[in-house]
Amino acid sequence: MNSEEFLAQAFVYLCAAVVSVPIAKRLGLGSVLGYLLAGVVIGPFGLGFLGSEGQDVLEFAEFGVVLMLFLVGLELEPSLLWRLRAPILGLGGLQVVVTTMVIAGLALLIGLAWQAALAVGMILSLSSTAIVLQSLNEKGLLKTEGGQSSFSVLLFQDIAVIPMLALFPLLATRPAGEAGGEEGHGAATLIGSLPAWAQTLAVLGAVVGVVLAGRFLVRPLLATIARTGLRELFTAAALLLVIGITLLMTEVGLSPALGTFLAGVVLANSEYRHELQSDIEPFEGLLLGLFFIAVGASINFALILAQPLLIIGLVLGIIAVKFGVLFTLSRVFKLGLDQSLLFAFALPQIGEFAFVLLSFGTQQGVLDQTITSPLVAAVALSMALTPLLLLINERVVQPRIGTREQAARPADAIDRQNAVIIAGFGDFGSTVGRLLTANGFQTTVLEIDSDRVDLLRKLGLKVYYGDASRYDLLATAGAADARLLVLAVDTPEKTLELARTAQKHFPQLTILARAFEWEDAYDLLNAGVHYVYREALDSALRMGTDALRLLGFRAYQAQRAAHTFQRHDEESVRMLAHKVGDQRVYINATRRRINDLEQILQADLADRGQNRDSGWDAESLRDEVRGVGLDGARPAPSG
Amino acid sequence: MARVLILFAHPALEKSRVHRRLVAEMPQLPGLTFHDLYEEYPTFNIDVKREQQLLLDHDIIVLQHPFFWYSTPPIVKQWEDLVLEHGWAYGSRGTALRGKAMLSIISTGGGASTYQRDGYNRYTIRELLSPIEQTAYLCKMRYLPPYLIQGTHRMTEADIDQAAQRYRQLLTWLHDDRIDRRALETAETLNDALESMWSGEVLA
Repeated sequence: MNSEEFLAQAFVYLCAAVVSVPIAKRLGLGSVLGYLLAGVVIGPFGLGFLGSEGQDVLEFAEFGVVLMLFLVGLELEPSLLWRLRAPILGLGGLQVVVTTMVIAGLALLIGLAWQAALAVGMILSLSSTAIVLQSLNEKGLLKTEGGQSSFSVLLFQDIAVIPMLALFPLLATRPAGEAGGEEGHGAATLIGSLPAWAQTLAVLGAVVGVVLAGRFLVRPLLATIARTGLRELFTAAALLLVIGITLLMTEVGLSPALGTFLAGVVLANSEYRHELQSDIEPFEGLLLGLFFIAVGASINFALILAQPLLIIGLVLGIIAVKFGVLFTLSRVFKLGLDQSLLFAFALPQIGEFAFVLLSFGTQQGVLDQTITSPLVAAVALSMALTPLLLLINERVVQPRIGTREQAARPADAIDRQNAVIIAGFGDFGSTVGRLLTANGFQTTVLEIDSDRVDLLRKLGLKVYYGDASRYDLLATAGAADARLLVLAVDTPEKTLELARTAQKHFPQLTILARAFEWEDAYDLLNAGVHYVYREALDSALRMGTDALRLLGFRAYQAQRAAHTFQRHDEESVRMLAHKVGDQRVYINATRRRINDLEQILQADLADRGQNRDSGWDAESLRDEVRGVGLDGARPAPSG
Repeated sequence: MARVLILFAHPALEKSRVHRRLVAEMPQLPGLTFHDLYEEYPTFNIDVKREQQLLLDHDIIVLQHPFFWYSTPPIVKQWEDLVLEHGWAYGSRGTALRGKAMLSIISTGGGASTYQRDGYNRYTIRELLSPIEQTAYLCKMRYLPPYLIQGTHRMTEADIDQAAQRYRQLLTWLHDDRIDRRALETAETLNDALESMWSGEVLA
């Protein structure tokens, strides 16, 4: 493919995505359906922009699924994964086993050999990680009980693919390779020729290697790269990490998605988690989009039109069987009715692994073309139906049952946990953070200086590495749920940029900003930030207060003088902020304010104590007592 | 209609059972201003001009606070010292507050019976409040009997509920000028003056 062809193709894909996804979202259909429809439209059975290369694109775009699992892993700390072990093994295991048995039984009834029936059962028991996770995440349902259960099952399925690949050769009813199917994943690997025990060892070694490397090698490496300050280098390192794991896993015959997921979990506790997330996310989004488009384009309408009843019957039948199993299992596992329905409506499609397994099965001599061709069509079609099924669940089914579960979380705890994001954790930010922590508020800290991140982490603080002015990083840090954003970064430009980004995307956040000079304070005030703090003001006033004391003021008198001064000073800043627009007016106004200040200070000097706190000043009272004779009206300070 | 200013003082409202409920029940009425002194002046640096303007803008000044050591919380004293200036609030030319009314809304931990000659606290509330009464007199204001919420240590949630409802009613009556003037001048406490009115109203 020359570069012009490549660009033309990219143009078609991007165009389809840019046009169809916003329309689909606008109609409330979700982005997945938008991509799928775009694929159908530009595919061989639509406008025909895309021909036979659709299959290649599909395989390439599957890398998007790998990236997605990496991101999912990053979100999942090991402790959370451990807590999910029961649903993963129990619910996930039962789902795969029961679905396999039911479908294999049905396949036996329609006359398949038991080997083929078992293979079909296993293949059809899998669901689509990509479509389900993307759809649930977009709807904000991933954190619900049904969403978590779906996730657990998908995770188990990803693991289950490995023994399935190992089992297929044993199910062969004719010599492998006869059907001449293309090589599937894991078919020919480096270790394929090794004895079984060495293969097992290699697989275990790869998994342990990923975990150990993630813990002891990747973090210092990322730290070194972060210290160069080149953002694109960090992005390159992140991609390198994921691609490297993908290759390693493919070589030992494991699922790459599983490997990157593992790496993600290992790195979930690291300070670079947010940075990795925001670097990988754009790639993941684009590739997943491409993947969905390719699925849409690969729906073989010719085959469907040739045997419409068979294919549609097949799709609906499979969905019905899987739905039944899912719903029953979720009820057995004590999910609420609404969550069970969500779970069952989310997972009844056939997953993208089916493409791989179907061709692998053909190649291994387990299945033949007469079975796989209609199944391939059914897989794509069932995936395309998933967003529609979720839509039916959301619009038709859920409104009819009374117990719609709110995302099950104690609102207070979360509120408190995510209440404050602190951007910049130098002297200034860390003081704010320590005060809040000392009073029981959890803070999320974003810091760009990787050396500082290292140091603070050694001290046991929860600090993340990243440029807080990026929208995506703010989003991953939970800005959408936070109440306060403390801006304590090191430059006025960054502060202003951050304030604007936050205001635009997270209008619910209350912003507290550190300012440097007077002008920075004006800029922030004019940008609509109400809580502005000039960093030198308070310490200067404290110093001034001490100076007053050394000059003979009583402590309380000095403290009150400083406070009065500060109030006046803040009023000045606010008044001036309105005038900054017109530079000339601003300069004049500044001069005027300085004149004002000077006059006020001089006035203070001239009649110290007369204007302030005159309630404590007995002068006028003494005059009146001497003249008028109001006797001992109130205890006044004796002169 | 009377414009009512509530000068509220509680140094630890977050620990309060009674006042927090009272404040939450505050009616939204035109001319009723709630002014939380500890919230406005955490460093006791009271803005005298602003406070004087607030006084000028209202007809009835309510001092609402818990009764600490037979007196007000310290910020009220600070407020009096600074805001009630000679030549403004009192003195031969100090007439800014003339004709306005002042009263206290006070909570006490001990019950009513302890604030008696033969009780644990040996003095009546009216006696202990005499500095406030005299302050009002010196500022040429009408002093109204205090409204008391007593025995708060033993109050149940239901009691607090009722106290909050009555508080709400009281502020509405003050605001609407519904309370009989003669009762106000002769009663020992505002509670006594309102005794007949409670029964006339349907209360929760």
